[in-house]
Amino acid sequence: MEELLTLVEKKLRENFGDHIISAEMMRDFPVFAIKRDKIVEVIKYLYDDPEMEFRFLTDLCGIHFPDNKGEELGVIYHLHNMPKNWRIRLRIFFSAEDAVVPTLTTVFSAANWMERETYDFFGIVFKGHPNLKRVLNVEDMIGFPMRKEFPLEDQTREDKDNTMFGR
Amino acid sequence: METEVIDKSKISLGSSPPGIEGPGFFATKLDQVIGLARANSIWPLPFATSCCGIEFMATMAAHYDMGRFGAERLSFSPRQADLLMVMGTIAKKMGPILKQVYIQMAEPRWVLSMGACASSGGIFDTYSVLQGIDRIIPVDVYVPGCPPRPEQVLDGIVKIQELIKSESLRRRQRPEYKAMLAQYGIE
Amino acid sequence: MATKNQKSKEIRETPVITAEKLEEKEYSILNLGPTHPATHGVFQNILKMDGEVIVDSEPTIGYIHRAFEKLAERRPYYQITPITDRLNYCSSPINNMGWHMTVEKLIEAKIPKRVEYMRIIIMELSRITDHLVCNSVIGVDSGALTGFVYVFEEREKIYEIYEEICGSRLTTNIGRIGGFERDFNDVAWAKLKKFMAEFPKVLKEFEKLLVRNRIFMDRTIGAGAISAERALNYGFTGPNLRAAGVDYDVRVMNPYSSYEDFEFTIPVGTNGDTYDRFMVREEEIWQSYSIIKQAMEKIEKLPAGVFHADVPDFYLPPKEEVYNNMEALIYHFKIVMGETEIPKGEVYHCVEGGNGELGFYLVSDGGRTPYRLHFRRPCFIYYQAYPEMIRGNLLSDAIVTMSSMNVIAGELDA
Repeated sequence: MEELLTLVEKKLRENFGDHIISAEMMRDFPVFAIKRDKIVEVIKYLYDDPEMEFRFLTDLCGIHFPDNKGEELGVIYHLHNMPKNWRIRLRIFFSAEDAVVPTLTTVFSAANWMERETYDFFGIVFKGHPNLKRVLNVEDMIGFPMRKEFPLEDQTREDKDNTMFGR
Repeated sequence: METEVIDKSKISLGSSPPGIEGPGFFATKLDQVIGLARANSIWPLPFATSCCGIEFMATMAAHYDMGRFGAERLSFSPRQADLLMVMGTIAKKMGPILKQVYIQMAEPRWVLSMGACASSGGIFDTYSVLQGIDRIIPVDVYVPGCPPRPEQVLDGIVKIQELIKSESLRRRQRPEYKAMLAQYGIE
Repeated sequence: MATKNQKSKEIRETPVITAEKLEEKEYSILNLGPTHPATHGVFQNILKMDGEVIVDSEPTIGYIHRAFEKLAERRPYYQITPITDRLNYCSSPINNMGWHMTVEKLIEAKIPKRVEYMRIIIMELSRITDHLVCNSVIGVDSGALTGFVYVFEEREKIYEIYEEICGSRLTTNIGRIGGFERDFNDVAWAKLKKFMAEFPKVLKEFEKLLVRNRIFMDRTIGAGAISAERALNYGFTGPNLRAAGVDYDVRVMNPYSSYEDFEFTIPVGTNGDTYDRFMVREEEIWQSYSIIKQAMEKIEKLPAGVFHADVPDFYLPPKEEVYNNMEALIYHFKIVMGETEIPKGEVYHCVEGGNGELGFYLVSDGGRTPYRLHFRRPCFIYYQAYPEMIRGNLLSDAIVTMSSMNVIAGELDA
């Protein structure tokens, strides 16, 4: 897996220079941190390049680190090259005030609902998405549930006493 | 081929309601007769949302046959159903739909809440799950479990049968019943 | 008869309706609502129809959103297993074992071979139950109710095996991080052997009802077809992708839990339509049966009695030792109160669930609960393709397509 890391890092740095922030191995996955504005070009390059050929989007999810000021929200992409069985992870981070990311639906149709789910949970707006509405929660809900400050329990219920339930 | 000899002394008929019997006639109260007929021919509406639905499918199948209790004819149309069986978690998005299905059912109607999620929200004490369907519709029998075993479901059906047998014909027109429905906002 | 089939074929091969045609005619809107006898689970589809042919559809999901990912951030690692049960509840042991393997990847634990073979037996049994439900329900939706009853009797036998091991039937919460909570006892082995002896006969009877049945073939061939390129672009995995022609199986590509020691074939279809999905699942049941047989033979050769790995930080020690041994008491306390040290890091692990690649993306910051846990749910990802699959098909094909995709509402909404 280390060879995969060096190979992909070399190709990405050749083509995108300093848009690639970092490259490291986490357990058995090469993980690359990319700058937000070029993420779709990077993924399209990884899709088209005949040596890379990452033609399968395994997963797309969001993440919230409230302690990293200026880089609170992030989106994580998992890509997969099926014939050669290569898997990599790409991460982008940006601040919560400016949570806009270009959409990946032009490259992968699978990203459609995955981006809607990320919008639903974190409030990250995907620019260019054909139908950016909430997919799992009620459409007129206020607030973004997976952010750390949103409470888990329903705040309007009156029959359960928080102190007795250890919350 | 050996045939099993059935011991006829061990077969007994079902209990009949108290009444006056004579040659060619049996007189009892109308409530009892109608209750008996209704109880043994329930048409359930399976409102299956999640895992409890699979246990309900197992209850309907041959091993724990629900047809023994007369309830094998499922009715997916609320207008023709007697018993609304709510099986599985009801999220807040699904609540209005459940209420509409209940309103569309014709009287007399009963509600069986199967599983912990339908009875009280279950293990999902979260922002998106309705903590029990009795917040929006009146419930007759609760069957706890996660998921309840088919024997428990059948026990719930037997309890519904007891309720049906003992119900008075005028119960649904009484003001107390209408007041209870008004509590839920149902006319 | 010949003209009717020809017309259906023409309608099915209708290309995407162009914008001009859309404005010419008036279309009727039909709501295939959340409560419907044929939608297995609660999801809504608003269909735009031209007579009986479907022109467009818009799905709405979220009617059973239970906030698993948020709930997982509140619970310690061993308490998340009951949540994973309820993802794809037809095959809950696979979800449980997938979660345990994710945590074992994070803590870098080494699992003994016997435990891995036992896990494989349970996972393949649950794959059989999942595929049995799906195939019998395809039959029910096209009117063949008998197969359903035969098949559910076999599921009862598998439930009895689960009950011997973990105590519950459907949402099993089976196994622990590091192995199993107790060894398979003699009753469990006896029930398993009896099941293995009797299952082929019943499955052959089920196949005789549907596989070469003229009516079933007419209903399902050509219904809801999808090509391999579109399926890959939509992120399909599992039997739906294999029916479209791509032989991707996580058990072969990223083997976990010693799957590389077993010999099995991956069935692949050609058209990606409902009949192919049905046949792929049917053949996978036979392959799972053969894997279980091989696993039982392999376990007999290994020394008996090993049923968990040596991970004292995560695996509760047996009660006799807790009462007598100081170390065991300390471990027990630490595990229950959540004071164990959990390594920091991110890990992504995937298993082959009943519907495809079920992935767990775990971010740990060293605390007693995960910082972020994301489930890569195959149903959620391939259900996006449903409007494209039914465009140009008849309404009855849409129903059969939906049941052949095996969309489980718990996994769709999580």
